[in-house]
Amino acid sequence: METLCFESVENLSQMLAEKAISSVELTEMFIGRIKNIDPKVQAFLYLDEERSLRLARASDERRAKGQTLSPIDGIAVGMKDLIAEEGQTLTCGSKILEHYISPYDATVTQRLLGKGAVLLGRLNLDEFAMGSSTETSAYQKTHNPWNLEYVPGGSSGGSAAAVCSGEVPLSLGSDTGGSIRQPAACCGIAGLKPTYGLVSRYGLSALASSLDQIGPFARNVADLSMLLEIIAGHDERDSTSCNVTIPPYRALLKNTQQPRRIGVPREYFSEGIDGEVRQAVFEAIEFFRAQGHRIVDISLPHTPYAIPVYYVVMTAEASSNLARYDGIRYSHRSREATDAMDIYFKSRAEGFGSEVKRRIMLGTYVLSSDHHDAYYVRAQKVRTRIREDFMKAFREADVILAPTAPTTAFKFGEKLNDPLKMYMSDVCTVSTNLAGLPALSIPCGFSKAKMPIGLQFIGKDFHEHEILSIAYQFEKAHDFIHQFPPIN
Amino acid sequence: MTKEHIDIDHIAALCRIALTDEERKTFSQQLDTMIAYLDQLKTVDIGDCEPMVQALDLHNVLRADEGEVSFPVEVALMNAPEKKNNQILVPRIVE
Repeated sequence: METLCFESVENLSQMLAEKAISSVELTEMFIGRIKNIDPKVQAFLYLDEERSLRLARASDERRAKGQTLSPIDGIAVGMKDLIAEEGQTLTCGSKILEHYISPYDATVTQRLLGKGAVLLGRLNLDEFAMGSSTETSAYQKTHNPWNLEYVPGGSSGGSAAAVCSGEVPLSLGSDTGGSIRQPAACCGIAGLKPTYGLVSRYGLSALASSLDQIGPFARNVADLSMLLEIIAGHDERDSTSCNVTIPPYRALLKNTQQPRRIGVPREYFSEGIDGEVRQAVFEAIEFFRAQGHRIVDISLPHTPYAIPVYYVVMTAEASSNLARYDGIRYSHRSREATDAMDIYFKSRAEGFGSEVKRRIMLGTYVLSSDHHDAYYVRAQKVRTRIREDFMKAFREADVILAPTAPTTAFKFGEKLNDPLKMYMSDVCTVSTNLAGLPALSIPCGFSKAKMPIGLQFIGKDFHEHEILSIAYQFEKAHDFIHQFPPIN
Repeated sequence: MTKEHIDIDHIAALCRIALTDEERKTFSQQLDTMIAYLDQLKTVDIGDCEPMVQALDLHNVLRADEGEVSFPVEVALMNAPEKKNNQILVPRIVE
């Protein structure tokens, strides 16, 4: 039965439609798989068996009456523990929200439930999504299913590892500087960060509001497209949500592929990029050339400033967003505190981990009156330059191709105590968050150590269909989606 | 050359985070390193470009000013660390 755990959603959906299997049987299979291997992977913070089976039973009942809601009706989905589901935990990977229960659903949660998804449980992450390895979670370390001695990437490491290991076929994560694409690359699966404003952020605990986007994980591009189609779309409850028409992403994949201009930014192949990663991406470029696409050498000259700009903008916004965890209305309240001010200082000291404290302090510094213009305003201006670079590049290219991460997954502890080293994990991904552009990662090879390598496609604003269809073309011609991690 | 150091106590006070002596030391060093790294932004020619607040061209998106049904009191309070008589309990702040 566990043989189905790596099946595509497309096939599972077909099997459900043909009544070869029921949603209850399928859900029980995934629960069994989680019980079997999650003690090793540790992707799930919380598994809600009872609710999952209730949702699965409801799906089977709908199907029996011919009232199936969508292709994911009856299919299991996992959620990063940063996205609200009514009645479920919302720890954000932090001790400060250890006992917090969501009073409402995020918009994406409502959309999934409205399409009949079976929500399985809550997935591990770096504390408040601050990290690139999932090691800063206050609860547990998630392991890379390809090799348990390695990190799964982050911050959506639980969402990536769960899909990679066949615990769940689909999951949602969030991406502020690479937190979907980098773990997707580290785990050898597909992950997409939508254009800023495509997916509602209502019910997503904010890290940096001008950068955050919720996005899907799947084991192949067709499933990824299907999940994106469900979560995308305008929402009045998010004032940065855009009112755009959502194309039928999955149907568009199978359109005949017109030759495209594929931009290759030379700054993404600097000496900081591992040789094996570079080689695999070069081979992908040659593939596209052989398919008749035009490869264009482009330049994004402000790329070297993306990490410093990101660490000013993101920490500034985070320091402001995380001020809400004050121990008064909700979140941990210190037992040692004697007055209101004491509640703030001690609750936050006890509730937040080191990385969160570090970023709140850096953000507070760059926003403080003496440094505001020199760091914050200046970073916002360089951010304008970074977006201008992309706008210029898109006059010569339809999509941009680059590595997703500078290296394959690294070992536990390798970068944890050196913040700057950890921050460089996002060197290939942060620019697109700063510019607001859509980008996705799919596997394009393996290192000698048998760790997956990610290939990144960056598109124009709201051109997800374009990056999905070109990624689909690569995926179809290769065998990476049929390679599974050695975990049982 | 004298290097400017971050005033860690001032910043921690602004953040409302109590630090241990150990944390004061580690964070001071780490933040000094990180700020020195951020200083490379000072070398970028930004000319007269506008600061970017967010990526999209959206302005003043507001919903209609109409009342909506919100949480019942018990739901709104369900995560309050201390409560009494349907209110959040806090230490006395006015003598």
